[in-house]
Amino acid sequence: MRSAGGYRNRGIAKTIDWSLVFCWLILILIGWANIYASVHASEPSSIFDFASRSGKQFVWMSTALVIAVFILFVIPPRIYESAALPIYVFVIFLLVAVIFLGIEVKGSRSWFEFGPVRFQPAEISKISTSLMLAAVMSQLGYRIGRWKDFIITAAIILIPMMIIIGQSETGSALVYVGFIFMLYREGLSGWLIFIVGMAILLFILTLTASPYVAVLVLAGVASLCICLYSGRFRWWLIICVPVIILFAFVPDIMEAIAATAAPADAVIAEEIAAEDPSFISKIKPLYILLGLIIAAIPFVAYQAFRERNTFTHLAIISALAGIVLVFSVDFLFNDVLQDHQRKRIEVLLGMKEDPSGVGYNVNQSMIAIGSGGLSGKGYLNGTQTTYGFVPEQSTDFIFCTIGEEWGFIGCTFVILLYVFLMWRIVKDAERSREAFTRIYGYCVACCIFMHLFINIGMTIGLMPVIGIPLPFISYGGSSLWGFTALLFIFIALDRNERKYF
Amino acid sequence: MKLNRENKLLIGLCTAAAILIAKLFSIQILDDKYKLSAENNTMVYTTIYPTRGIIHDRNGNILVGNKVAYDLMVTPKEVEEFDTLALCRVLDITPEFVKEKMDEFYRNRRRIGWQSVVMIKQIPPETYMKFAEVAYKFPGFRGQARSIREYPFNAGGNLLGYVSEVNASYIERHPDEYKAGDYAGMTGIEAAREKELRGHKGYNIWLRNSRNKIESRYRNGELDVEAVPGDDITTTIDAELQHYGQMLMNRKVGSLVAIEPSTGEILTLVSSPGIDVDQLANIGQHYKSISTDPYKPMFNRAVQASYPPGSVFKLVNGLIGLEEGVFTPNTQYPCSMGYHFGRNKLGCHAHKSPLNFEESIMMSCNAYYCYVLRALLENPKYGSIDEAMDKWNEYVKSFGFGQKLGSDFPSELGGNIPDSKYYNKVYNKGGWKATTVISLSIGQGEIGCTPLHLANLCATIANRGFYYTPHIIKDSDNVTIDPKYKEKNYTMVDTTHFHKVIGGMYRAVNSGYGSGGTASVAAVPGLDICGKTGTAQNPHGNDHSVFICFAPKDNPKIAVAAYVENGGFGATWAAPIASLLAEKYLNGEISDSRKPLEERMLNGDLLDRVKVKK
Repeated sequence: MRSAGGYRNRGIAKTIDWSLVFCWLILILIGWANIYASVHASEPSSIFDFASRSGKQFVWMSTALVIAVFILFVIPPRIYESAALPIYVFVIFLLVAVIFLGIEVKGSRSWFEFGPVRFQPAEISKISTSLMLAAVMSQLGYRIGRWKDFIITAAIILIPMMIIIGQSETGSALVYVGFIFMLYREGLSGWLIFIVGMAILLFILTLTASPYVAVLVLAGVASLCICLYSGRFRWWLIICVPVIILFAFVPDIMEAIAATAAPADAVIAEEIAAEDPSFISKIKPLYILLGLIIAAIPFVAYQAFRERNTFTHLAIISALAGIVLVFSVDFLFNDVLQDHQRKRIEVLLGMKEDPSGVGYNVNQSMIAIGSGGLSGKGYLNGTQTTYGFVPEQSTDFIFCTIGEEWGFIGCTFVILLYVFLMWRIVKDAERSREAFTRIYGYCVACCIFMHLFINIGMTIGLMPVIGIPLPFISYGGSSLWGFTALLFIFIALDRNERKYF
Repeated sequence: MKLNRENKLLIGLCTAAAILIAKLFSIQILDDKYKLSAENNTMVYTTIYPTRGIIHDRNGNILVGNKVAYDLMVTPKEVEEFDTLALCRVLDITPEFVKEKMDEFYRNRRRIGWQSVVMIKQIPPETYMKFAEVAYKFPGFRGQARSIREYPFNAGGNLLGYVSEVNASYIERHPDEYKAGDYAGMTGIEAAREKELRGHKGYNIWLRNSRNKIESRYRNGELDVEAVPGDDITTTIDAELQHYGQMLMNRKVGSLVAIEPSTGEILTLVSSPGIDVDQLANIGQHYKSISTDPYKPMFNRAVQASYPPGSVFKLVNGLIGLEEGVFTPNTQYPCSMGYHFGRNKLGCHAHKSPLNFEESIMMSCNAYYCYVLRALLENPKYGSIDEAMDKWNEYVKSFGFGQKLGSDFPSELGGNIPDSKYYNKVYNKGGWKATTVISLSIGQGEIGCTPLHLANLCATIANRGFYYTPHIIKDSDNVTIDPKYKEKNYTMVDTTHFHKVIGGMYRAVNSGYGSGGTASVAAVPGLDICGKTGTAQNPHGNDHSVFICFAPKDNPKIAVAAYVENGGFGATWAAPIASLLAEKYLNGEISDSRKPLEERMLNGDLLDRVKVKK
């Protein structure tokens, strides 16, 4: 019950969302315990030994607590809105500077080193970007549907993202894709998410199946959307579905025709094929399909023009963009992606078996988690994680230790804890009266979500190997501080609202 | 709940979490694959090799025991720079050997990985101790204890057989039973009783890290399995008698087999020249020299060589004749230095003529058995010579000849007894008659039998008409032998006829010099030895010397067959050797009067007489 007025009565007990603070505390304690578990065999010592990772993490945790207290009680929350731009610009400057001044860690230049302390500007870039987004999008008169606003918003997200890609930290950059959910909440068309999803699907289909299948699926989805939108669902069922099913069999049919048309004598067949490739073998099914689609477009477009149906035009443009994407997959995959990224995607999609190379990490990680069973092997009893089979166990693959030693129950608990955290952030954000707080809250939830899903997805083989930490749990001061600040700025903003409303 | 964008996003969040949890459920709970992989990753099974069962002789002496030796194992990935010469000094090996081995490991480094490989096998403990003192200087090298065979008695090399590491084809022939690095009996008793002797391997489970370093016991060894030692085996062999037999046969080619008639237990089975037990212990080193030895020590003549039995076979023909009733013990046949038929003659030596059955055995008359065989084959009872021949074949086979006796000794061969089919093939049907095959009467011609067959014949006669299948394994605590070894096998000759043969055999030995008895040399006062000499003609050189005997005459304890290749008359080598063996067994020692004979036999060297392909 919130009684009107008398905010003086509301001490920290009532204004701070303690459930978020507890969640944070539990997660960092889980992280600390599991970091100790993952290093206790290779660096046997007490959990507090400052020479070991668990000891260092204790230092990071203590300092993170200081940061949290500082954010909650010292920094006036009002300052964020006005400081957003300078912070954003400063962090962009750091992101660029690190490329030239940073040290190289595993092939990417994204770390500053000050004596014993390493620091990754990309970690605070999430905060600065979130603050900047909140500041811009909470302004009066901002409408995401307006091109100018949309482009400014996109630029705020894409600038740090591109610089981070330039640092060869594609994984960290991927997190920024998560802001799309916040944009959706703030009024971005759901179709954008849909198109991004379709693009990913087409990319995967082209790689794993064939461009033909990808184009066919694209045609099916696009025609369904157009028909649904213009209320011609029955028409879609009667015309499009049979055509698509027919086309699904075209490659087989053509192969059969080519086989029967070929002379019985294989040698002669080869000679003929070499000199004068038969008409049928020249035409690829893909070209027939494309021909049909291109032939159908003017008709559909004219129909839409008459009905003043802009959706259909946009759908057609999107579909054409999709086709371009399908044809550029080869280029993107082979020439834009770096070698190790390409390999990781190939392994994830099962295009290559590579249990000792790139697949080793995922394979060992899945073995560790899978061998945990229902209730795990018990704390410090994991064999895979204790004896060094899983790489990067205290940082990116920390979830393996949880999976092996705490089993399905432990994993589910941790995931549910995160879900609760994000849920709570979303609820607090929604309840907020200030757009700034709400948008910032969604940004925090999106960042945590992307990290969670990519990191855990990677350890259990759902995602390609993308080296980003598990928020609050993975070893590392930079990451822990970054996420703590990210979260506590929201708690502070939320507290500020509770104080005054 | 409204389906606004907030709630859609929350639903999306829950869906994503559900996907993660579902995948976790699938790999942690539904799929066992990862648990097995985890075990493969971290669990190292180190084999504990069981000690092989001990092989005892019939009196409880250990024929084959075990001792410890060490294999020098190398983990190439852990080897650091080391003082090669120091290693060579303690292990008594050459630097070239070390270099060669290390080069080989380097070539195979991909295959070996973090594994350990054997560098030197079976280092004796004294040498190993020298290494162990300085082992810390050689990281990557360690010793692995292993039990190897030890032979307290130099007795029965061929009989015992050797144990060696299994090779690829052996593993293939015994799927799921053996792995590389296991040892198995390859010949002799070691092979025949492999199942009992080998025991069961155990293992320790260790946990290793990703760099293959052993970290700790898995669950403190709760699930480790102890090795179960192999079962001990008791053989029927008398170790001392076997040893004595080997001494007697030293530097002679042939066999000496002794059976206890009342049980069929083989007391001694000597094949000479044989494999020395010292060579057995380290067969790998000696294999080449053994297998290229022109006297073929690997060839177990006692059960594999097919020899003509010579005059010893007269006993069989005589018994068949008596059973068929073609003559009686009182029937007298003449002999004028042989048996004359047409313009041919089967020669004989000078002795009294005519003579009766007992005398024919005592003096080993050839002519007598020509009459007997002819009477058998021309017996009007049978429609044709073919039928008579096959009947004869049947009789002979009932003594165990012409087939594997079915002893528990591996690689036994069956020899050969001809039948009408055989002669029809050689001479065409009707193209042969009794005189064509007359040499069968004196155990020559197409008859082939092993020394074990002859010993078995001797035991059969000693038992007055039946034999137990000869065997070398006795019942013991953990081992039960096939019941067939406890069944009497009767011949087709009635037991009442055997005493007539035994009478002749007794007189052959105990009539004294000058009586015409062929085996007076075998007589031992008080032992009542009954014997029959044989002199098997050998187209390739000197005749083979053959002798079978049993003693005592009543309630016989031992039946012996001696076969000395190129030894000449049966009485020259085989009879003394067989009788000495019987005397040793029954009296425990050789009487003074026979010491010179023993001396002569022990020192006799007939190897030069034996023609070998070099």
